[in-house]
Amino acid sequence: MTNPVVHLTHARIRLALHELRGGEGRPLLLLHGLGERSPERVPDELAGWPGPVHALDLSGHGASDVAVGGGYYCEALMADADAALGHLGEATVHGRGLGAYIALLLAGAQPDRVRGAILADGPGMGGAGPMPSSPLIVTTVDPPPPGGTPDPWALYELSRDPRPPDYASTFARQASVRSGLDVAVAVVGVNRPPWLEAVLAEPGVIECGLVEALERFAAV
Amino acid sequence: MVDVTDPAETRTYPGARRPDRQWRVDANGISIAVHEWGRETDPPILFAHGGFDFARTLDVFAPLLADAGLRVVAWDQRGHGDSAHAALYSWDADLRDAVAVLDAVSRDPLPIIGHSKGGNLVLQLGCALPHRISHLVNLDGLPSRRSMPDLPDHQRTKLMAEEIDAWLAHRRRAARGQRKPGTIEELAARRATMNPRLERAWLEYLVTVGGRRDPDGWRWKIDPALRMGGFGPWRPDWSITRLPELGMPVLAVLGMELETMGWGTRPEDVEPQLPPRGRLVPMDGVGHFVHIEQPRAVADMVLELLS
Repeated sequence: MTNPVVHLTHARIRLALHELRGGEGRPLLLLHGLGERSPERVPDELAGWPGPVHALDLSGHGASDVAVGGGYYCEALMADADAALGHLGEATVHGRGLGAYIALLLAGAQPDRVRGAILADGPGMGGAGPMPSSPLIVTTVDPPPPGGTPDPWALYELSRDPRPPDYASTFARQASVRSGLDVAVAVVGVNRPPWLEAVLAEPGVIECGLVEALERFAAV
Repeated sequence: MVDVTDPAETRTYPGARRPDRQWRVDANGISIAVHEWGRETDPPILFAHGGFDFARTLDVFAPLLADAGLRVVAWDQRGHGDSAHAALYSWDADLRDAVAVLDAVSRDPLPIIGHSKGGNLVLQLGCALPHRISHLVNLDGLPSRRSMPDLPDHQRTKLMAEEIDAWLAHRRRAARGQRKPGTIEELAARRATMNPRLERAWLEYLVTVGGRRDPDGWRWKIDPALRMGGFGPWRPDWSITRLPELGMPVLAVLGMELETMGWGTRPEDVEPQLPPRGRLVPMDGVGHFVHIEQPRAVADMVLELLS
């Protein structure tokens, strides 16, 4: 069965927002990992969420447009997710890998609308690490797969962006201070890249299991 | 409102010369406009312009090098000048576009000049492709921490919140934005806020080579989706730490008059970072646009480096 899809526009990119489950209450917004796409149905581990569930294909992924000539960076993807919030209103956000980092940025940027960010393991969690590596300019990539996504430029660029720990922790602080939530960010994964270690040291950020995170934010 | 029945409006400026050749190169689907001054058979030198500039801002500077026997090749960065507007803009994408131009010009090592953001780009090119760059000139393009205000944490948090809000607001309207139309004089006056030290006659000339005349008036060609400043994890010291890594002869020029578009970098910020074959020239009484304010002096320094 095909899920209903809403097409949103961010800059010149058309984004696909999939409704995996309808219903009343605050939606759960899923952000996939690097190279992934939105799941076709609500994953079993998230089935306990009481409200509707939506999933966004980030730029260059799934049924969303690719950016011709590349130019991907995490803040632009955060603006993709902002477009989804513009459609949904408030949401609790669950991100995998790259999507976890985007969920953190979004929680800091839109603290009134993000009612809890759940950061889970997934592809693209680390980026380049705390600072840029020796410069390398890649000018060609493999051709895209049939269907065009994931865009090879997205895979390349979004796996090597620097994620300084103090930059990430600033977003965690924004989320904590400005959301009014006791807990604004829940880390449910196992991996701890340097940016996530720093985020965990901030007030309003906890480590917990996924079920507890879903229950906590559903009750907000 | 511009009267569209008028013949095309033009301006001239002393010493300004249109490029001798213009061509395009495809950079992974983005069409990049390239402009050249000088004989096609002369040795090439590349020029990377600064943010919100375009290749035709070299209409006075480039001919000075061309007349000295160089083929000056400058390109409009994506979203700037006559190059295509892109869905996304990033540092890596600009570097890739630069290499597309470089590849189209020569596979042999060649000298490269960059101003402001372009100076920053050529620093990275010099480190990433040292076998392709013979000489490197950085014109007031060395970011320093001086441009970052020293603020207490709570104030920094507030500023960041405001910056993110403004940036997201810009992203939300980026798809449908359009530059404001106006007369040549009005567009020049707008640009004067970024270029307060440059002559109004020069800025009016730039309108006629960097703008387009629509039925309702002149518009700058630059993509309205581009925005000055922004936020992200980037740190100025990530750029200047590339400087000591360079092995080719390097000329770094600093404009000592502080202005909005500059970094405010001082000689003492650069001197400890100079590579063994590097030379630093602070220019007193000159602002950020050193090659526009003092084209002859800067061209002579470039020619001396190459000699």
